Amino acid sequence: MSAQQTLPPYAEALGIVIDHDEAGEPVLRVEFSTRVQGRPGFLHGGAMSGLMEMAAFAALRAELAARGEASMQLKPVNIQVEFMRGGTEQVTYAKGTVTRAGRRVALVNAEAWQDDRTKPIALAQIKVLLIPAE
Amino acid sequence: MSNPPSPSPPTHVLPPGTRFDPSLASRMMTRHGHGGWLGLTYHAHGEDWVELSLPWREELVGIDGAGVLASGPIISLMDNATSMSVWTRSGKFVPHATLDLRVDYMRAARPGNTVIGRGECYKLTRTISFIRGIAHDGDPADPVAHVIGTFMATHGPYR
Repeated sequence: MSAQQTLPPYAEALGIVIDHDEAGEPVLRVEFSTRVQGRPGFLHGGAMSGLMEMAAFAALRAELAARGEASMQLKPVNIQVEFMRGGTEQVTYAKGTVTRAGRRVALVNAEAWQDDRTKPIALAQIKVLLIPAE
Repeated sequence: MSNPPSPSPPTHVLPPGTRFDPSLASRMMTRHGHGGWLGLTYHAHGEDWVELSLPWREELVGIDGAGVLASGPIISLMDNATSMSVWTRSGKFVPHATLDLRVDYMRAARPGNTVIGRGECYKLTRTISFIRGIAHDGDPADPVAHVIGTFMATHGPYR
């Protein structure tokens, strides 16, 4: 289901793709390029955040689709990002985990990692309003 | 777990300790990499604040084809503007890393509008800088987002 999701123009333009599916939750990937580079040699924190945001939305869409609410509109309320390690010049992955999706609001965690999944480079927590399509 | 060889020391954009002039430095810092790709440009600055602008473009749209900017570009805009506000307040370039950033979205930016990010450093200690800011798309009294966060000096103190 989630593998068929299309990511928004921002994701496509940055080179963010769905890598694979993990128990219904999509894992996203972005290759290192100058488009995502911050200070020389490192991944930009904003690009990291953007990747985690896309992963969070993809996980939430997958969950909503599974319960027959694929047409729900999503509106971000806020995001809190913790940067734990510098991202280096290599591929970066991110996955969202839906912590709680009620009828009106959802809380999604996301994490980003590079070569070692047990050492995430950043965490994000995103709150999203769920708006039924008219 | 293998320990990959340590990467060579980072080359900073500017030599640490360089006097920081936001109007000059931001022109250089927004030319390359992610900031350059986003099209971030210098807008204005004061003693402890810096404004950068993010021009709207189709590629940066994030939600449901409604022409609404993704939040990623807004986070990047605010990360860069607040980062530069720290060096502006400190008066010199001090290598640092973003520890955390929280963004509250008041409303979607209007499709087609340039977004201005105003970052302010409201407190500087030896190693931690506290920042806040807003993003607006024309009217600073009606912001698109509020931001708050911290940076940590990584290669010597801020002051």
